[in-house]
Amino acid sequence: MSDRITEHYVAPSDPNEGGEVDKVRLSDRKSNLWLDAWRDLRRRPLFYIAIAIVAVVSLAALFPSLFTDTLPNNDCQLANSNGAPTEGHPLGFTRQGCDVYARIVYGASTSLSVGLLVVLITAVIGIPMGALAAFYGGWIDSVLSRVGDIFFAIPYFLAAVVVMSVMPQRNVLVISLAIGGFAWASLARILRAEVLQVKNLEYVMASEAMGRSKFSTLVRHVLPNSLTPVIVYLTIALGAAITAEATLSFLGIGLGSSTMSWGNDIAQAQSSIRVAPMALFWPSLALTVTVLAFIILGELIRDALDPKARARR
Amino acid sequence: MTEEITVETTTTGKPAADPNAPLVEVDDLQITFKTGTGDVHAVRGVSFDIHPGETVAIVGESGSGKSTTATALIKLLAGNGRISGGSIKVEGTDITRYDESKMAAVRGGVIGYVPQDPMSNLNPVWSVGFQVREAIRANGVATGKKNIEAKAIEVLQQAGLGDAERRMKQFPHQFSGGMRQRVLIGIGLGADPKLLIADEPTSALDVTVQKVILDHLESLTREKNTAMLFITHDLGLAAERASKLIVMSKGLIVEAGPSLEILQNPQHPYTKRLIAAAPSLASRRIHSTAGLPVAEGADELDMAALAERHEDTEAAVEAAPVMISVKDLRKTYSIRRGSFKSEPLHAVDGISFDIHKGTTLALVGESGSGKSTAARLVLGLEPPSGGDITVGGQSMAKASAKQLFDLRRRMQVVFQDPYASLDPQRSIGAIIAEPLKVHKVGDRASRHARVEELLEQVALPAELAHRYPNELSGGQRQRVAIARALALKPEVVVLDEAVSALDVLVQAQILQLLADLQEELGLTYLFITHDLAVVRVVADSVAVMERGKIVEAGSTDDIFENAQQEYTQRLLDAIPGAGIEFGN
Repeated sequence: MSDRITEHYVAPSDPNEGGEVDKVRLSDRKSNLWLDAWRDLRRRPLFYIAIAIVAVVSLAALFPSLFTDTLPNNDCQLANSNGAPTEGHPLGFTRQGCDVYARIVYGASTSLSVGLLVVLITAVIGIPMGALAAFYGGWIDSVLSRVGDIFFAIPYFLAAVVVMSVMPQRNVLVISLAIGGFAWASLARILRAEVLQVKNLEYVMASEAMGRSKFSTLVRHVLPNSLTPVIVYLTIALGAAITAEATLSFLGIGLGSSTMSWGNDIAQAQSSIRVAPMALFWPSLALTVTVLAFIILGELIRDALDPKARARR
Repeated sequence: MTEEITVETTTTGKPAADPNAPLVEVDDLQITFKTGTGDVHAVRGVSFDIHPGETVAIVGESGSGKSTTATALIKLLAGNGRISGGSIKVEGTDITRYDESKMAAVRGGVIGYVPQDPMSNLNPVWSVGFQVREAIRANGVATGKKNIEAKAIEVLQQAGLGDAERRMKQFPHQFSGGMRQRVLIGIGLGADPKLLIADEPTSALDVTVQKVILDHLESLTREKNTAMLFITHDLGLAAERASKLIVMSKGLIVEAGPSLEILQNPQHPYTKRLIAAAPSLASRRIHSTAGLPVAEGADELDMAALAERHEDTEAAVEAAPVMISVKDLRKTYSIRRGSFKSEPLHAVDGISFDIHKGTTLALVGESGSGKSTAARLVLGLEPPSGGDITVGGQSMAKASAKQLFDLRRRMQVVFQDPYASLDPQRSIGAIIAEPLKVHKVGDRASRHARVEELLEQVALPAELAHRYPNELSGGQRQRVAIARALALKPEVVVLDEAVSALDVLVQAQILQLLADLQEELGLTYLFITHDLAVVRVVADSVAVMERGKIVEAGSTDDIFENAQQEYTQRLLDAIPGAGIEFGN
């Protein structure tokens, strides 16, 4: 090695530097996972659009009379069959002469009810199945996961078709059970994977070390920290359930034809698609926009809760 | 082993470079990262030279900009980072304006790079041989299938992998951490670069493995006269391995020069504090400053002062009653082998030790020695396969569920990872009060008062009770974890690698806090660690574990000055910087 001389450089020291090590610097505003997620959501225009659509659909579902004075069934006149839009009937008439706009407004309640019920059923079955399997492991995991696998192996839509075609009664509750009863396995799997990861974190060990029971640890620490993918999945599942109901109704094995539903409307408009395509178009649009709103909402929530998963902009 | 070294003549074409001209000249380098909350100036004007064959170390805490500086040399900054000023000259030409294709020739060929984490820097789906061959092909050192294969074997053999030919067919998961690091070093040196950047090359490895790898790296680079740029947080390691030291803080160089001179005669206040806080240096400092008055005030963090205080208490150790007594403790796991067979693994294989009240026992060992399993057994997180643990006269094996629950009140734990040990969805106040709630101690108001008292004890502001862990640094989180452990006024605290993840200054501060609390509250510590340097300053007695057994135990002084076992001696020798004569 050469005997090069390395000089000893010392930076001028800043009298304000140093002193306290690792000083606590708090920002003015509080910050935690949910607050940060909310701040993130509030900055996104898409969030407002999605929320507005969901709000309008929910309002229509709860108070359809706010949107239209026309009744969807009773005011039908065959004289208006496949009629073009007229004063007070902005979207025209169905083949039966019913007001398309009114039917869409009244159909919102069905779609939303099915969506919410399916999500509820999925959560009630899927969350305990996934969480218990992952957290306790061993034979409990083996049993619960195999049961889940069986349901997972059956395409939930196919199962719903079979169930619906043998059911004597086909109302909102039955169709929701048929869809949700077979769709929960995906949720259980997603949650199981998340819990498996969270349960090995040190705060879970710390909770047990301080004397909390296993079950209490699961409820207090593990579940709240595993819910992010569940919330995202359920939001998207809500949209998917609305589609599933529409599809079943379209196939004629969904809700009875007397029930107002976008799926039923699409099915009925199909026979006169050549003469009155708009009667098919409007309920389809309502369905698409609503489902899209829920899916976008789910994606946005995921981005807000997990900034790492966010697509690079 | 006989190694054939092919001496390559690189003089073709180019005139021989002036040996006194620097290989790399960094001048007023500035690096800016674009973030959601505005620009962050990570490096704010850094200048240094690296001469051919020279070993330079950049030392600093996390966030000092040391790694950013290193990655800028090969222009592999993260997507949101850019060089916003200054120049980097490699062999006289500025590379800051080089495009990707020109940089590709520099990377590997002129500047090799060994990344930090051997566990995640090899692609698990490709065989090791494939990844080495790929690097060789990319660097263009060999062409043709046969030549590349031969070069790959040569590279791995040089990196110290025996039977490289067979090893090449294996996958990264079949390699230990040390072997993976050897592969990465092999790849980094594959094209005979003039400069090798090693970014914390061994911080994920055990000390003994670290020593072997660094020794090997040193001999390889000396042989080929390769310059080295070490990035490390470990002052001792930097001083031991590098001739020139650059100390960085907050994106600036605070001090630079010959490493020994800086260590023995630090000028900048930051460097002084860093050196005082480094336990690896303090471990030998006890002798050099014995009898000398400790100059620093009580608020300064000085490992030597901390260690000396411990010496005084050592006499009292034997007199104190036994708090924890572990007798012939065993834990056996069964490991699946083949389809239906299983093999027993003795994670903890009959260990016994006593800890006296108010003292600290350090359980030391490398990864896989069973020390963490032992801690989990003592905490009652797992049932032992045999033996017994007695805490304050209460046998855990004979305890009922109720007695075991009450025992947990007297024993608390602080874990290693400050980012994983606090529930992110709970406020700090709720986290600290949780043990009180679980054990139904006090009412809302009294619990709140206790939280404030605890926050004060660990020197955190009271308003933190309503904040969440994400606002805190690692060291502050660790204080919260300590406060939580103290909430129930326990007699025993198990510290499972509790300071291993912290920067030296913060680590020194937490060690100081733990020592103060021990004195104030008469706590008994079981200190689990792989870091012998830290043991020197905190422990009264030491038990060294190897493969589930305690190979040597005794008072800290006995072990450090008069280790009987070869294994213990090896661990001690591997402490970086321990051999450096240290001035003040």
